[in-house]
Amino acid sequence: MSLKIVVLAKQVPDTRNVGKDAMTAEGTVNRAALPAIFNPEDLNALEQALRLKDAHPGSTITILTMGPGRAAEVIREGLFRGADNGYLLTDRAFAGADTLATSYALATAIKKIGEYDIIIGGRQAIDGDTAQVGPQVAEKLGLTQITYAEEILNINEETKRITVKRHIDGGVETVEGPLPIVITVNGSAAPCRPRNAKLVMKYKRALGAQEKVAITKDGATLPYAEQYEKLPYLNITEWSVADVDGDLKQCGLSGSPTKVKAIQNISFQAKESKTLTGSDKDIEGLIVELLENHTIG
Amino acid sequence: MNNVYVYLEIEGQTVAEVSLELLTEGRKLANQLGCQLEAVAAGSKLDGIEKQVMPYGVDKLHVFDAPGLFPYTSLPHTSVLVNLFKEEKPQICLMGATVIGRDLGPRVSSALFSGLTADCTSLEIGEYEDKKAGKVYENLLYQIRPAFGGNIVATIVNPDNRPQMATVREGVMKKEILDPNYQGEVIKHDVVKYVPETDYVVKVIDRHVEKAKHNLKGAPIVIAGGYGMGSKEGFDMLFDLAKELHAEVGASRAAVDAGFCDHDRQIGQTGVTVRPKLYIACGISGQIQHIAGMQEAGIIISINNDPNAPINTIADYVINGTVEEVVPKLIKYYKQNSK
Repeated sequence: MSLKIVVLAKQVPDTRNVGKDAMTAEGTVNRAALPAIFNPEDLNALEQALRLKDAHPGSTITILTMGPGRAAEVIREGLFRGADNGYLLTDRAFAGADTLATSYALATAIKKIGEYDIIIGGRQAIDGDTAQVGPQVAEKLGLTQITYAEEILNINEETKRITVKRHIDGGVETVEGPLPIVITVNGSAAPCRPRNAKLVMKYKRALGAQEKVAITKDGATLPYAEQYEKLPYLNITEWSVADVDGDLKQCGLSGSPTKVKAIQNISFQAKESKTLTGSDKDIEGLIVELLENHTIG
Repeated sequence: MNNVYVYLEIEGQTVAEVSLELLTEGRKLANQLGCQLEAVAAGSKLDGIEKQVMPYGVDKLHVFDAPGLFPYTSLPHTSVLVNLFKEEKPQICLMGATVIGRDLGPRVSSALFSGLTADCTSLEIGEYEDKKAGKVYENLLYQIRPAFGGNIVATIVNPDNRPQMATVREGVMKKEILDPNYQGEVIKHDVVKYVPETDYVVKVIDRHVEKAKHNLKGAPIVIAGGYGMGSKEGFDMLFDLAKELHAEVGASRAAVDAGFCDHDRQIGQTGVTVRPKLYIACGISGQIQHIAGMQEAGIIISINNDPNAPINTIADYVINGTVEEVVPKLIKYYKQNSK
């Protein structure tokens, strides 16, 4: 049984490696100083998809992402590791979306893709840590969901049911659900395989339309321009709201019930503190003080 | 109508700690808003469940008792809340930021088109002015959480959509019994009217839940290590100190990500929240997500060779030194001076 798999992936700022220059002098986030990466748990999800493709020859993997033109990078990375194609949802109308408007956009695009057995993505993205988009996409598509998945154990081709091991609070659980289904994958699942050298050679020049515009904007010619006509797989498809028949009211800011009332930049309130050195005298003095005031017993 | 709701997470016949904590928080919000606190219990064999929750000040408990409602699966519990909320129109709904709450919350919010904020660290009531629309909203729920990798703290509101939904991690709020004899109403609902048979599509084949290996949350002394511990071997030195002080060992996300210790010891916004009387931070720089999980500690000691580490600004004692040097000395002088 060949499967149609859609992998939901997001390009995120690498918030785990926030350096000193990540905040501007005014105290706002300096996005330019943060490298953009493939959301880590989405890579765990991609690996589960690739394993299904290995086990079920003839299956196809489609990467679906939403973001600015440079987010085509995520699709290229997916192609390098074994995905078959990808779509970049990109439109100014998507800007400012909260999780609900994001899942509306993704669900609309998935309907446009049309055929799917499994929709799989990371449990959450590291720039928001909300874990909301997976279940909300499932609800919008009227599908059931299995979140916090650690491993897809098998698919019964006759009953069209999938068995998944998942993380729960304080333990693990094995559950079985019907296809089509939405699955979100936990970071404790198997890490993603590395890029495949042959696929890197094949797809290294793959570009989205906005990336091509960026290359040629100062009058430069697009290198290897003729290849993009000869080899259609080098053109990463971009979709706007109109391309997926989206309702503008449900996209971006206007489709977002949550509003940001205030943003406070972090500046810790200093409290009076004693500064000690690592010397024997200082450490012994501290221990004696803590013993005397019964902080330690 | 228009009340504050708490979804009760139930393992077998036991209501989860996080749900009791949210009842106390929900009671506080309901008092401020002048409305009632209601709770939803969905599970199997729930006779007498009200005894666990009424003392927290629940005015109305909605019980959904059916064999298919335990163990938890997504669709039936979603239907319970969505269909109940369509009738009752709550203004606020709180649930734990647990695996279950984070599976259920987004699904309910999507079905009701209501805003949901995950992992709130604080909830308040206040007003909001939409300058564009020239509209002022009274008595909104401020959902406060660190965002963008913890570099900012955002206050989120849901001006137009109800319920205003928020998830909160275990240990963030404090549970407090309001009145051991509090008399609330118990309403037993007919589950079939709320949950269609087609919802029971996911089968739980096998399930292992273990008691937690440690008591990080309740420990009076916590020793936490960060990336500055350098290695797993370096990190293990904290267990020696913990043994002496009868403390528990925690870690920052960076230390967990680096594989220095198990994920279940992570302290911070996406881990455990602790309120020990003494917190010793070893080689932890102190990102806001980490601070969010320990800032209410009584006394904070920071051991760091970077005098500018952010955590030093909230520490009562800052030891400028390397952990390799200081931790063995703490053990040595504790042994010498105790007893």
